[in-house]
Amino acid sequence: MSLAYYKEENKDMQKNEYDVIIIGAGVEGCMIARELSRYKLRILLIEKNDDVATGTTKANTGIVHAGYNAAVGSNKASMNVRGNALFDTIASELNVPFERIGDYVVALTDEDIPKIEALLDKGKKNGVPGIEILSKEEMLRREPNLNPNLKLALYAPTGGMVDPIGLSIAAAENAIDNGVEIKLLTEVKNLLKKGKRIVGVETNRGNFYGKWIINSAGLYSDVIMKWAGIESDFKITPRKGEYFIFDPSYKPIHSILFPTPTPTTKGILVTITTYGNIGIGPNDEETEDKEDKSTTYPGLKEVMDGGKRLVPSLNMKYIIKEFAGLRARGNAGLMHDRYSSMIPRDFIMEVPDDVVEGFVNLAGIESPGLAASPGIAEWVVNALKEHGLKMEKKKDFNPIRTPIPSFASLSREEQARLIEKDPRFGRIVCRCENVTEGEIVRAIHAPLPALSYDALKRRLHIGMGRCQGGFDTPRTIEILSRELGIPPVKVTKNGDDSFFLKRETKSVEAKK
Amino acid sequence: MREKAIDVAIIGSGPAGMAAAISAKQAGAEDVLLIDREIEEGGILNQCIHNGFGTQIFRKDLTGPEYVHFFAEKVMASNVKVWNDTMVLELTPEREIYAISPERGMVKIKARSVVLAMGCRERPRGAINIPGDRPSGVYTAGTVQRLINIEGYMPGERFVILGSGDIGMIMARRVTLEGGRVERVVEILPYLSGLRRNYSQCIVDYNIPLQLSHTVVRINGRKHLESVTIAKVDEKRKPIAGTEETIPADTLILSVGLIPENELSKQAGVLIDPLTGGPYVDESMQTNIPGIFAAGNVVHVYDLVDWVSKAGELAGRSAGKYAVKHKEESRRKIRLLPGKNVHHIVPQFFDPLSLEEGEQKIQFRVTKPFETTVKVSMIGNNNKKVKERILRYARPSEMIEINIPQSIIGSLSRVKTLSIDVEEVKNA
Repeated sequence: MSLAYYKEENKDMQKNEYDVIIIGAGVEGCMIARELSRYKLRILLIEKNDDVATGTTKANTGIVHAGYNAAVGSNKASMNVRGNALFDTIASELNVPFERIGDYVVALTDEDIPKIEALLDKGKKNGVPGIEILSKEEMLRREPNLNPNLKLALYAPTGGMVDPIGLSIAAAENAIDNGVEIKLLTEVKNLLKKGKRIVGVETNRGNFYGKWIINSAGLYSDVIMKWAGIESDFKITPRKGEYFIFDPSYKPIHSILFPTPTPTTKGILVTITTYGNIGIGPNDEETEDKEDKSTTYPGLKEVMDGGKRLVPSLNMKYIIKEFAGLRARGNAGLMHDRYSSMIPRDFIMEVPDDVVEGFVNLAGIESPGLAASPGIAEWVVNALKEHGLKMEKKKDFNPIRTPIPSFASLSREEQARLIEKDPRFGRIVCRCENVTEGEIVRAIHAPLPALSYDALKRRLHIGMGRCQGGFDTPRTIEILSRELGIPPVKVTKNGDDSFFLKRETKSVEAKK
Repeated sequence: MREKAIDVAIIGSGPAGMAAAISAKQAGAEDVLLIDREIEEGGILNQCIHNGFGTQIFRKDLTGPEYVHFFAEKVMASNVKVWNDTMVLELTPEREIYAISPERGMVKIKARSVVLAMGCRERPRGAINIPGDRPSGVYTAGTVQRLINIEGYMPGERFVILGSGDIGMIMARRVTLEGGRVERVVEILPYLSGLRRNYSQCIVDYNIPLQLSHTVVRINGRKHLESVTIAKVDEKRKPIAGTEETIPADTLILSVGLIPENELSKQAGVLIDPLTGGPYVDESMQTNIPGIFAAGNVVHVYDLVDWVSKAGELAGRSAGKYAVKHKEESRRKIRLLPGKNVHHIVPQFFDPLSLEEGEQKIQFRVTKPFETTVKVSMIGNNNKKVKERILRYARPSEMIEINIPQSIIGSLSRVKTLSIDVEEVKNA
């Protein structure tokens, strides 16, 4: 399976016909594919990168928001609250760690207090369960390292943490198990139209034909909309957010802590990730470039200062990594065209059959897109049903996804049994995170194959510990080369020309 | 899960570990086990193919692998057990080690003493927060050294090196010899951070441009490194605006410091000195946990390997002595007593720890003949039965031999005497 990516694409036309084609394998695309795989449909999920969850999903903080932030009556609000409620079932079926650790919005000044009260009101109207205001004393009892000058805090018990990348991979794997086809390294170049109807997509790997095309292209959703023929000034302006990640041994806090939000962002928060690291970020900078995931001195300083506002004792010595991601910020509701009546910057979720047929349009899905994703997937299924796609449930749909056993999280006895069964689990490749060769080999040959170093990192957390890949990189290159059947110089960090090695050394060349 | 008892366990077979193993043996420890996650002994020295090792101890100028070879032969000659391709997952304060390997699976090792010799690791990019993109082509010096010297691959052609530490300078020379071009070595400090001799042999001799009081301020390249932006820094090591220079390069090598590798030590409750990053040790290299010793770069980062070997030797000797003393103290013999219908037993005394090597056999005779089925029971002074066996008959004229299986070792922990009874089985 994995090797197919390095060979010529099958040009067989008949094989290229589908009921539904989903453009973009971010968390939305993967969740939609999984939800649709409950039905007897031919489904294709297309992704331009070498793995799922590599765009805006990748640099998501991982918070499953409770739903008190979005405007009352917006798609953001309804999808967030609905999606949040679906998370327990989905996370347990997909075997993805998810915990409702609760989230807090902290008022640090007197001016923040009315804003917190407004959030409480909005949360109640949006139907967020269990939301309440906590006194300063109670908040400090729960999080003693918070800024002692805080006034009060909003508490939402349904706020949770999930690994957005892990969730996307799990959803995609489960979708594949249930018959969905996925094509990585496949970039949509245009949409194919017959009159008013979209009949397929043109890609770098040939044309694919579908009765329905779903736009879940994230940062590029505006481009897809244009190709679809929707006349609008809608535009995605990437908003960059930078983050710091701390060593997992350092734990000054235990929950999700937001400052009081500004009109455009939820602010720089301090949280604990699913893997136990403290993370701070993101800041919010506008950028024109949809691939610019670089960090900057001023940006990182802003993040650091923001983190310290909430938790003054934050010790920067424990930082192990910084990175940046891009939010797919749309301008719906801010211009004078078909989206002018919308709530500003709301999710666009529509079947625009007044202008184009066979097209489901999802655009401007930024935060709380992760929390909303199960709700959006459900919405897509209903929209397709209403618009006449014949949808018959499969009897043999398997909702359970079985992950690769994570060696580090097993008991010593379980580890011993696993090595007995497969000795490759007895060789540690990443010594900080204790990831074994057995796990790496399985991930490379999984239904959704890991084709690069970063793909392994996303699945197994290899190279994410204290040494940040210093130890495992040469070993992992060797395993990828062996298992993919490609020379070591062709192994990449994350596809394209992100090669690790340039050439053999002179001494090796001389021996030949 | 397999269990194994030994005198001294040494974690890590670099220069500290190998020296410790040899001296632990010399100090009288019988069973010395050297554990390493690599497929051969030597640790990081195996990739240090340059010379300059051993000038202090041997008065010789050896390469890393030659230095390893010298010690590895001694290790072999001393009858030290070596487990390679083996990773220690956990060390407890009771000196229990959980180690895994493809060959042996999971083994729980009980050691009378332990020497921590895990060495150090390199500081990664994240620890120094260089902003910019996150492309391929950014490595620590040790990783590049492994790629070139062990794997046989060059990661690029045009290099910038951050840090004038010894590995950084040595790698500047190494990539030059391999046909690469070092565009610049930049050092944030106003002075060199490595040895003088490396400066003259690796930088000056090869005409490599070095800039002090400079650092990398941005990494550029979406997928693969394309260039590196450097800038001059002020006295507080902050970049000075307007002094930026962008250097085209496909590889950035980071040589920005080493950190003692003490995750296992911390698990075992070993206290770490924040100044060194390594354990607090006494004059014998013992940590705060009795029986756990430490040596080499795991304690503090050395500049010469000779000192690492010397430290290993001391820690190994201390650990060996500790194990011998501990063994004598703990040697507890269980008295085997003839019980019902048993005339005598040989041996009369039995060391429960001998079971760790394998099952033990005991012999006895009964006092009178039994022509029907009999039951042989071994009962401790705590009245707990540890073993039972059925025999079809028992006669004084025929010596009986039974075994004490390994599996009962746990139930003998507080037993002082074991008696053997032979009784007729009724209604058999």
